[in-house]
Amino acid sequence: MLRAPSLRRRLVVQLLVLAAVLALVLSLAVQVGAGRASQATLDAVLGAAAQGMAEEMRAEEGGVVIDMQPATLSMLAAMGEERIFYRVDIGGLTVTGYGDLPLPGRLPTALTPVFYTVPFREAQIRVAAVARSLRVDGRAAPALVLLGQTREGQEAIAARLGLQAAALGLAVFLAAIPLALLVARSLTRPIDLLAEAVGRRGPRDLRPVRHPAPRELQPFVTALNSFIGRLRGTLSQTETFIAEAAHHIRTPLAVMRNEAELALRQSSEEDTRARLRGLIRSADDAARSAGQLLDHATVLYRADQADWAKLDLAAMTRAVAARLAPAAGMKDMDLVLTIPAVLTCEGDAVLIEAALRNILDNAIKYSPPDSVVEVSALAEGPMAVVTVADRGRGLGGTEPDRLLRRFRRGDNVGDVMGSGLGLTIVEEAAGAMGGTFRLRARQGGGACAEFCLPLA
Amino acid sequence: MRGILFATGLICGLIFSAAETLAFEVEATQVFGPADPQRVLSVLSTTDIAVLAPVITGYLARNPGLGLTYVMATSQQVHRAIAEDAAAFDLVISSAMDLQVKLANDGFALPLPEDLIAGHPSWARWRNLLVSVAQEPVVLILSDQALLPGEPVPRTRRELIALLRDNPDRFRGRVGTYDPAVSGVGYLFAAQDARLSDTFWRLAEVMGRLDAQLFCCSVDMIEAVSEGRLLVGYNVLGIYAGSADVDRVTVVELEDFTLTLLRTALVPQTAAAPGAATDFLRYMLSADGQALIASGDGLVTVEGAAFDRNPHLRPIRLDPGLLANLDPMSRSRFLAEWRAAMEQP
Repeated sequence: MLRAPSLRRRLVVQLLVLAAVLALVLSLAVQVGAGRASQATLDAVLGAAAQGMAEEMRAEEGGVVIDMQPATLSMLAAMGEERIFYRVDIGGLTVTGYGDLPLPGRLPTALTPVFYTVPFREAQIRVAAVARSLRVDGRAAPALVLLGQTREGQEAIAARLGLQAAALGLAVFLAAIPLALLVARSLTRPIDLLAEAVGRRGPRDLRPVRHPAPRELQPFVTALNSFIGRLRGTLSQTETFIAEAAHHIRTPLAVMRNEAELALRQSSEEDTRARLRGLIRSADDAARSAGQLLDHATVLYRADQADWAKLDLAAMTRAVAARLAPAAGMKDMDLVLTIPAVLTCEGDAVLIEAALRNILDNAIKYSPPDSVVEVSALAEGPMAVVTVADRGRGLGGTEPDRLLRRFRRGDNVGDVMGSGLGLTIVEEAAGAMGGTFRLRARQGGGACAEFCLPLA
Repeated sequence: MRGILFATGLICGLIFSAAETLAFEVEATQVFGPADPQRVLSVLSTTDIAVLAPVITGYLARNPGLGLTYVMATSQQVHRAIAEDAAAFDLVISSAMDLQVKLANDGFALPLPEDLIAGHPSWARWRNLLVSVAQEPVVLILSDQALLPGEPVPRTRRELIALLRDNPDRFRGRVGTYDPAVSGVGYLFAAQDARLSDTFWRLAEVMGRLDAQLFCCSVDMIEAVSEGRLLVGYNVLGIYAGSADVDRVTVVELEDFTLTLLRTALVPQTAAAPGAATDFLRYMLSADGQALIASGDGLVTVEGAAFDRNPHLRPIRLDPGLLANLDPMSRSRFLAEWRAAMEQP
């Protein structure tokens, strides 16, 4: 399975690779630097020794005198127990030393030594070459002094310094690991925060993202907001369409109902009157469904706006109950209100009104005539709770969650007409305002609906 | 020493058929160990066979089945064997420190293992190529007729010079030293003497005036002193002077300085069995081996404390400084000076 690439991991890996490269470069740089520095120092000593040898050569009767100084050779060999090689040429002939010691590529001039490195006798040796001229038997003869030493001690020191630098580099590298993790975390923190902010939104929250984001994330936020905008546009178009459609259906339905009522009054034939009554009932149901569709669209729209205000839930409940009292009266039902004087909560008036109307409407619709519907409102913890309890046919064993789904009705609705939208509207309204809606069977028959909103 | 059979002792190498192929000159060859050894270690050395015999037999006793061929040659021939003839020896032991350093410096020696080098004082080795197996002071020997009754034994070169200069009749023709022109070791001693002190040239002049006799080897010089032909032997290897069969000789370690020669060993690149050679060397340097070396014929084992106890002892510095000794031009110049000191009108 392909794992999703992690920004943090990539960042850490890249930082670590960078640290490793730095450690390596540091080590090499120190090694090379130490090598150069010690080479320059040792060259100076070697050059001085070769110059000394060349200067002490002198012509005497019967040839040239060369005094090899044991102390000089000892000194050259001392550092790192080096091997020593030398060669003295006079007039192009080797007069003493190692005749096979390689000559420099460029012959030295005067007494300025020329340094070069050559392989000799299974070792790399550093050679200083010094030239001068001698007067032998009345003639000038060029003399060349080569003095060479191995540089194993120098190499060992350079290698040791390089190792120390590598150890230092490694320490830096190790120190870089937690730092890299820290940096990676702080760099990805805004992304986490943004994701958290977006994830925290409610399912209906389609406001643009206003969370502060670093400049690098701005294109993403802009794109997200543009996407949200388009989505909202599409949704609101759909909702507007539904609302328009519902509205356009309601008017002809009303006309149709009026016409049917008129015809009912004028007709005396019993068959026709029965049909007309059926027609009127169907028109009422259709009008109610259209009204609920309109409600639903309104709820969705208002939920998007999320324009909450402080409201008196007690007063609103009383008002809705009063408006539905005639419908209850037609079935000889009583609405018993247990509501405090004031219960301030936070929300949208239209949403609350729609929710309460649908709950009560449902309760009245599914309750038998001559029964009591109890409506109470109270503060419970941080929430304001409106409870509507009836003695109707209850949930009939259907899961409350199922009843809350769109166009879903209970298995026991029987002859009662309905769209299946009522409880969906309530649930969506509650959810949009940060509240909840619960439906449960009531002890002793009937249902109990609880509509909760956050207290102001 | 059960199981160790000694071969016929000293056999002249020139007669020995195996040695015929060798271009360098062999002085003596001796075969140690069983008659039909499974492995043979070959050692080329300047040291008298008798001196190292105890340590060799001690080693062979621990390694049954191992034979050892000991070839003795002069220091010049030892150097020539390795540097020019590429003779296949497993171990080279020589008292010619300069030639040994040259062999190692010129890349004819194999590196020795770390454990062998570790713990060896730095003055007693050079790099990981050359280790000292014994040290021996270079001494003055006096015949018992050299001094009149009551005359003090000279303790420094200055006193020796005074003694010789004040008694020319007694010492004329009866003073001996190495001939540096002939003997490598003699040249090494003379050059080191000259390097350490100006008194050397004064001594050389005094000896020249007394018609000093020049010798090739310590043994001859000691014999001459022992027999009374010589009264004074200057720069004699201590081991030979100290051996039990030399009588009527006084050995003096001069207090202004007494050179200490290091007998050094290396494993040449031509070694057929470098591992075995290293093993033998490790044994020689072990406490057991050193005890046997000391028992041999008065060889002094490698011991740093000796220099603390006897501040006049100066180990000859084992490093490429010795190469200057071998430089032919320096050498000819030194020998010219020497001759001038010796042959006075």
